[in-house]
Amino acid sequence: MKYLRLVLANLGRHKLRTVLTILSVALALFLFASLRSVTTTLAASAQFGGARRLVTLNATGLVFPLPLAYGNRIKTLPGVTGLSWANWFGGKYGDGKTFFANFAVDPESYLAIYPEIVLPADQKQTFIQDRTGAIIGKRLLSRYGWKLGQNVTLQGTIFQGDWTFTIRGVYTPTDPAIGDDVLIFHHEYFDERIGRAGIAGWYIVEIADPSRAPAIAKSIDDMFRNSSSPTKTGTEREFQASFATMWGNVSFLMSTIGLAVVFAILLVTANAMMMSARERTGEIAVLKTIGFSDRLLFALVMVEAGAMALTGAALGLGGAKLLYPAINFNGAGFLPGFTVATSTLIIGALVAVGLMLASGLIPALRAARLPVVQALRQVE
Amino acid sequence: MIPIIYNVRSVVRRPVSTALTALGVGLVVAVFIGMLALANGFRAALAKTGNDANALVLRKGADSELSSGLGRDVASIVAADPHVATAADGRPLVSPEVYVLIPLGKVFDTTQVANVVVRGVSDRAWEVRSNVKVTEGQRPTSGRAEVCVGKRLVQRFPHTGIGQTLRFAGRDWTVTCHFTAAGSAFESEIWGENEQFMPVFRGDVFQSISFRLKDPAAFQEAQRSLQADKRMTVDVHRESDFYAQQSQLLSRILGILAFMITSIMAVGAVFGAINTMYAAIASRAPEIGVLLTLGFRPSSVLLSFLAESAFIAVIGGILGCLFALPLNGIVTSTTNWSSFSEIAFSFRVTPLLLFSGLAFAVVMGIVGGFFPALRAARLQVVQALR
Repeated sequence: MKYLRLVLANLGRHKLRTVLTILSVALALFLFASLRSVTTTLAASAQFGGARRLVTLNATGLVFPLPLAYGNRIKTLPGVTGLSWANWFGGKYGDGKTFFANFAVDPESYLAIYPEIVLPADQKQTFIQDRTGAIIGKRLLSRYGWKLGQNVTLQGTIFQGDWTFTIRGVYTPTDPAIGDDVLIFHHEYFDERIGRAGIAGWYIVEIADPSRAPAIAKSIDDMFRNSSSPTKTGTEREFQASFATMWGNVSFLMSTIGLAVVFAILLVTANAMMMSARERTGEIAVLKTIGFSDRLLFALVMVEAGAMALTGAALGLGGAKLLYPAINFNGAGFLPGFTVATSTLIIGALVAVGLMLASGLIPALRAARLPVVQALRQVE
Repeated sequence: MIPIIYNVRSVVRRPVSTALTALGVGLVVAVFIGMLALANGFRAALAKTGNDANALVLRKGADSELSSGLGRDVASIVAADPHVATAADGRPLVSPEVYVLIPLGKVFDTTQVANVVVRGVSDRAWEVRSNVKVTEGQRPTSGRAEVCVGKRLVQRFPHTGIGQTLRFAGRDWTVTCHFTAAGSAFESEIWGENEQFMPVFRGDVFQSISFRLKDPAAFQEAQRSLQADKRMTVDVHRESDFYAQQSQLLSRILGILAFMITSIMAVGAVFGAINTMYAAIASRAPEIGVLLTLGFRPSSVLLSFLAESAFIAVIGGILGCLFALPLNGIVTSTTNWSSFSEIAFSFRVTPLLLFSGLAFAVVMGIVGGFFPALRAARLQVVQALR
């Protein structure tokens, strides 16, 4: 500990340089944490979905609806304990520049099948009772400054006209993958306004035993195989995963590109740290002359490099961990539940240790092996 | 003025630190160019999809072809409009189209899902969409279950070779040709006859109607007359504007990401440059003292070191351009969230992008070199020489 002051004094000699070095390490690791979190968040959202929920879609494609009558037939299958249905609405709010998801659901069964959607019991009751009511995620409330009981008008893009809903509740999702920027309203009202077309975009099927999911999915599909609208059933997790893969390799490219940069910044930083160590040849010779051992000098230089790398890492990784929740970041709705995972922090810390070794080892070895006489001669 | 050769020689004297700094700047520039090339390529693919001389009719309020729906009556009204150009045989150049998305290849229960656009077109579409060229095979014959596949799909999905059979919407479709469309989004689509697709998909309804304008300059007139027609409720877009609009959401996201990532990176690289230059100047203090003793003004010293920093940055910039160049033309794909369909497109590294990359490098060099250069210029001769 008695050498702490020596290390601090060395770091404080070129204050600006030390600060800049620490900041570049911090920026590099901040960027690293952010980019890796995009990938981990996408991967995590693909993991969402209770194993006890199946999703049934029209086999022809996502945009084709299923007859509403399928619900009653699915319900009768053994092993099915709950059923709900929903339809994508795709309405625009205001000038349409800010997008949020909105769809029609069967309120009672939907809220029962998704315990992750949490809202006060009285709001739930008023929503279920009001046919033109809607509930919204808490992010929408703050984004648009809406209030409970307010009327909100969406312009239909697929289903024409102005649709006005009364906000009856604000929910908080317990699972971030649910999304807190969604508006849902009554399927009954939707169906009535589009002239009783009797359509559902997709069914959510709750089953008692997750291990029977493939069998039940198959029996649902078999039931409708020769009908006008054949179905495609899979677990909710598969359904979610399909959305995450829709980014294609763009998200992969992004993170590759980002990692190249992290590497670049670390390179430059290591260079600067090595240059500053090289300048002090004379000093190290003096320290040796007054009796500092080789091992001690090696340690001192390493500790100095480590102090910069680790402080930078703490700032960068800690900053990322704290900043994103503070600004409630969700990637404009594309990255619900964006979090910096612990694994990211650990890898980031390892990168910092690697940086310490890369930038400290050569100067430290040189310091330890420095021949005193020669070094002192060089100085004068 | 201190001759620039002095800086060049000093830079060459310390190859390792120069190389590391330049490499850092170079990677930043490469990423800058790469990310913008991605956004650029995506935008270009969609912008090229539309034709300036064409108009696109959608149902009023529909923001994509997917959410639109038009009856046969609308198709006849549009076809009869005097603003529509006619072909050599006197028939109007109109293509009422069916537009749907189908999951193709591995369906959504596996790891890869791609929503591919299936477009049912009229015979005239091949003339209306003038950028579409059949490269191989014969166009689908009217009345048969035949389709033509865009070039970009051929490499990525099974069963798309000529003569092979694709299965969707509960029927088998024979692939009779492949087409290109000048790198536009059409190349990620499957085309067939609209009358064949109507019964198997959404019934008697078109999603959009494209027509060639008799006089491209008179678009607004055509728009006004069609939108004012009491028999239908439609929006008329200039085709090129419409498809460019479809790219906005994603290219904005890509642009913001590129901006955020590169600016953070740039700050890091500038810090690195500052450190390198400070270290360089600290170790060359006696040299600077000599320069000042010789009678060079502090301002010349300042300029000289700025030039040195910019020189290192330019090396980095050139490196960055070299790293980024091989990206040009690489095909990637993503979902266009405006239309929900998967689109394949290529990175586009343009000369302008390369130039902005270089300019960006120079800016980083000058910003990074300024304070160290200032310190060099302010050195006290006596102290520096000692």
